Amino acid sequence: MALAFVPKPIARLPWTALILVISIASIGMVGLYSTAPGGNGGLMPYALPHAMRFSIFLVMALAMSYVKPERYSEFVFVAYVGVILMLFAVMVVGEVNGGARSWLNLKLIRIQPSELMKPVLVIVLARFYAGVPPREIKRWSAIWPAALMVGFPTLIILMQPDLGTAMLITCCTILMMFLAGLSLWLFIGGLAAIAAAMPIVFSLMMPHQRERVLIFLNPEADPLGAGYHITQSKIAIGSGGLFGKGFLNGTQASGDFLPEPHTDFIFAAIAEEWGLVGGLFLILLFALLLRWGMRVSRDARTRFEKLAAAGMTATIFFYASINLLMVMGLAPVVGIPLPLVSHGGSAMMTVMICLGVLMSIDRNTRRDEWRR
Amino acid sequence: MRRRRKLFGGGPPPTEFSQAQSFSRRSFLVNSAQTGVAVLLAARMGYIAIGENERYRGLAESNRVHTRLIPPRRGWIVDRHGQPMAINRADVRVDLIPDFIQDREKLLADLARILALPPAEVQRIRAELERDQGFQPVPVAEHLNAQQYNMVKVHEPDLPGVSVLEGFARFYPEGAAVGHLLGYVGTPNRREYEAENRNPLLITPGYKVGKEGLEKVMEQRLRGRPGQARVEVTARGQLVRQLQTLPDVAGGALHTTIDAGLQSFAARRLGEESGSCVILDCASGDVLCMASMPAYDPNAFSDGISHAEWDMLSSDPRHPLINKTMNALYPPGSTFKPAVAMALMEAGVDPDERVNCPGGYQLGSRRFGCLGRHGPMNLHTAIARSCNTYFYTMGRRIGIDRFAAMAKRLGLGQRFNELPVVSQSYGTIPDPAWKQRRYHQDWSQADTLNAAIGQGYVILNPLQLAVMAARIASGRDIQPRLILERRPQSPVLPFAATSFEAVRSGMDEVVNGAGTAGASRLPFPDIRMAGKTGTAQVRNIVDASRGRAGAAWRYRDHGLFVFFAPVGAPRYAGSVVIEHGLGGARAAAPVACDVLTYLFDKDRAMERLRAHEAGWGGTLAERTARRAAEWANRPPGAPPPPPPPVPL
Repeated sequence: MALAFVPKPIARLPWTALILVISIASIGMVGLYSTAPGGNGGLMPYALPHAMRFSIFLVMALAMSYVKPERYSEFVFVAYVGVILMLFAVMVVGEVNGGARSWLNLKLIRIQPSELMKPVLVIVLARFYAGVPPREIKRWSAIWPAALMVGFPTLIILMQPDLGTAMLITCCTILMMFLAGLSLWLFIGGLAAIAAAMPIVFSLMMPHQRERVLIFLNPEADPLGAGYHITQSKIAIGSGGLFGKGFLNGTQASGDFLPEPHTDFIFAAIAEEWGLVGGLFLILLFALLLRWGMRVSRDARTRFEKLAAAGMTATIFFYASINLLMVMGLAPVVGIPLPLVSHGGSAMMTVMICLGVLMSIDRNTRRDEWRR
Repeated sequence: MRRRRKLFGGGPPPTEFSQAQSFSRRSFLVNSAQTGVAVLLAARMGYIAIGENERYRGLAESNRVHTRLIPPRRGWIVDRHGQPMAINRADVRVDLIPDFIQDREKLLADLARILALPPAEVQRIRAELERDQGFQPVPVAEHLNAQQYNMVKVHEPDLPGVSVLEGFARFYPEGAAVGHLLGYVGTPNRREYEAENRNPLLITPGYKVGKEGLEKVMEQRLRGRPGQARVEVTARGQLVRQLQTLPDVAGGALHTTIDAGLQSFAARRLGEESGSCVILDCASGDVLCMASMPAYDPNAFSDGISHAEWDMLSSDPRHPLINKTMNALYPPGSTFKPAVAMALMEAGVDPDERVNCPGGYQLGSRRFGCLGRHGPMNLHTAIARSCNTYFYTMGRRIGIDRFAAMAKRLGLGQRFNELPVVSQSYGTIPDPAWKQRRYHQDWSQADTLNAAIGQGYVILNPLQLAVMAARIASGRDIQPRLILERRPQSPVLPFAATSFEAVRSGMDEVVNGAGTAGASRLPFPDIRMAGKTGTAQVRNIVDASRGRAGAAWRYRDHGLFVFFAPVGAPRYAGSVVIEHGLGGARAAAPVACDVLTYLFDKDRAMERLRAHEAGWGGTLAERTARRAAEWANRPPGAPPPPPPPVPL
C-alpha cells in the first residue's frame, strides 16, 4: 500500500465503502438536525440517536467483515428458519406501528423481522443458485425452490401488511434470478405480460383504487388529499433551487407542510435547504457506493460470493431508488425510508448488514492479493 | 425428454464458463440500469429544482406566508360642528377559525369557562360552526374586559383555532337618538360578500359593514383601505413570526348637516311618544335633526342583538324599527292647508274674499264637516283657525290640478333623490290622472274637497312636510341634504312674494294670534314661531268617539305640526308628527316649541326637558334599560308589552 507507515489491519479496511457510508450518514445527521421539531434544529430527538445508532451498526458491519463468506453460506438456513419463526411470532405478539403489525419487542430492542429477512433471502438465493449446476439453470427446477423460499416469507410480510418490504424483496429476487442466468425470455415475457395486464387490471380495480393510481399519475389534482405528500415534497425540492435555502432555513419541513420530514421525506427536506447541489451530491454518494458494491460482486471469486454481493448491492439500490423516485413523484407513495439518512433503525440495520457481508466478500477477494 | 424439461430457448446448455460470461454481461446490464436510474433521478431533480424552481418557490411561499388583512378603521361620522356621532373604540374580540379547530367540544367547553359564555351563546357558536363555510371565522365574543383578555391570551397556544384580535368597534355616543339616522354596522352576510366579488376584507374577523342608514349608504366613503400583515405560519396555522405590516388607511370622516345636540334633544323630547321631528335649515336645506322615536340602539345592533332584544323591538306597537321621518306615511290633515293656500294665492284668489262657515259644506246630498262654526273667513283667518269650509270652497273653485301641482312644487309627495338614505316612502299627492291610473275611476268633487283639507288620498312623510314648511318660509326651492358640502344657493321659487307673505302671516297667526296653537308660543319676546297644526284621522268612521281621547291608543288621531322660525327672517323650518297624539296643537306643537327653544336658548330648553323627563320616569337611557329588564324577566308566554302611557 502507498502509505507504508499505516498499520496493515487499518490500511486493509475497505476505505472507499467506509468513507461513502460515513458521508451518507453524516448528511443524514445534518438533515435530521434541521428537521427537529420547533423549527430551529437540534440534536434531539433525531440527529443524535441517528449518529449513535449508526456508530453501533458500523462496528457491527466491520465485525461482520471479518467473518468469512462461507460462514454466512453455512449458517444461512438456520438464520432463515429463525427469521421465519420470528415472522410467525410477530403475527401473534407483534406490535402495530404505522398501520402494519411488523414489530417484535424483544425487551432489549425492538426489531422488524421483515427487515432481517432481506439480507437472509439474498444469501439463501445466492447459495441456492451457486449450487444449481450450469446445465440445470434453465429448467423449472432452478425456479420453483427459489420461488418457494422467497414466496413464503413474502406472503407473511404481505399479510402484516407491509407492501413496501414485500415489493422490495420481490424486486431483489427477480434481479438475482436474472444475474443467476435464468432464461432471458422469462424476463422479457414477464415484462410483456405485466404491460399487457395493466389496462385489464385497471379496468377491474375498485373506484377508490383507480383514484389512487390516477393521483399517483397526477398528484396535483388532489393537492390536499392523497396527493398532498407528493405535492409538498416537490414544493420542497423545487423551491430549494440550485443552492438551496440554507441550513435551518427550510420552511416546508419546519412549517410542518412536508409530512414525515425525518423519515420517508428526508431527502426533500435536505434538498430544500441544500438545493440541487446538495441533492445531487447525495445521489452521487449512493451511486458510488453501489458501484463499489457491484465491483465487489464482479471481482469476487466464487459464484456464491458474486451473487451474494450483487444481491446485497441490489437491496441497497432498491431501497434508495424507490425512496428517491417516490420523493420526486416518479413512484407511488410507499413507506420506504432512505437508508442511512432517514431516522429509524430498521432500514439502517438492513443496509449495514448488507455492507458487512459485502465487506466480508471484499476482504475474502483481496486476501489473496495480500498473500502475494 | 431433456428438451421437454427445459423451459425456453435453444442453444447448447450453459457451461460454467458461459455462465460466468453471462453473469458479467448481465451484471454490466444491471450496473447500467442502476446508473440509468441515477441519471433519471438527477435529471428529474434538476427539472424540479431548476426548471420549475420559480413555480415551486411561489408555492412554498404561499404555503408559508399568509397575508392577513387588517380591517381599516371606519371613518367617523360627525355633526355640522364636528362633534362625533359615530366613532371607533378600541376593542378586543375572539373568533374561531373552523379550519384549525381540532377538538370542537373541548374547545367550546374551555371557551365557555374562560369567557363565561351563557349556554345559549355556546349553542349559537356550535350551530354556526356546523354550517361552517370553510375559512370564514365564527365570532365568539366582543368587548372583552382586561381579565378575560388576559385569560384568553394565556390559553391561546392551547386553543388551536381561536383568534384573539385587538381591533376597533363602532360606538354611537348618542345611542338610540341617532339609530334611524346613522343606522348601524354588522358582520357582512353572504349576499353582501358576493355582491363585492368576494372581497376578502368582508370575511376578515371583526370586519363590519354598514347595514342601515348613513352607515350603509356611505359605506365606501367610510370604509378606508385595509392594511396587510404578512405573517409566517406553520401548516397548523401557528404564527411563526410577523414579516411586515402595511398599515391601514382609515376611512374619511363624514361631515353631516346634523346638529348632534339638537338631534339628541329632539329624540329625548319626543319622550314616550311614537313620533318624529325633522328640522331643516331654511336657507340651505341642511337637515339639522331627523329624529324618529322610539328607536333601536345602534350600539346594541352593531354588536349583534339577542333574540330577546329583537322580540322586544319587533313586538312594540310603537314600531321602533321604522324610521318615521321617511318610511312612515300619514294623511297630513290641516298641515296641508298652507300648500293649498299658496295655490289659491297663485290662482288669483283674493285673500280678503270671505267665505261664510256655517260649520260645514254641502256638496249635493253630502255634508263635509268643519271643526267649528267659524262664520266669515278670509285666507288669513282660515289658516289661523284651520277652517275646513273655506278650503272646501276655495279648493273646489281652483280645482284639484292646481293645488296638487303646488303641493308637489313644495316638495310634498316627492322623493328626494340626492338624500343618502336607504329608502324613502314618498306617499301620494292625488290628482285625476293618478286616480284613473290607480283605481280606474273618475275623479269626483268629493275627492277634491277631501284633498283640500289634506285627507282622502293624500298621504305624506314628515320630511316632506318639513320641506314644505322650509320652502314656504324661505321662498326658495331648497333640497334637504344630509352631507355637509358647499353648494350653490337654491333657486327662488317662481311664486309671488305676496303669496308667500299671505301664507306666512296666516301661519304666524296660528301660533301668535287667534290661532289653533296659541299655547305653543316660543318663550322669547323677540322670536316668534309660525306654524300650522294638523290632525289626521286614523279610523275612517263617524262616531262619537272618533279618534278621541276615549278611544284605544291605536285608534286615536295623529297629531301633526309644521313650522318655521323666526317669523320675519326664517332660519329653521320643520315638522313634528306624533302618532296617535290626538291633535297637532295638543301633541305636536309643544314638541316643536321646545325643540326650537333649544336652538335659541339651550339652557332653558334643557330645563324644560328635565321637568318632562322627571314626569316620564327618567331619562331615555334609564327608561330603555328598565323596559329591557322588564321584557327579559317577563313570564313565558306573556303578552307583548302594553302600549306606552300617553299623557292626556
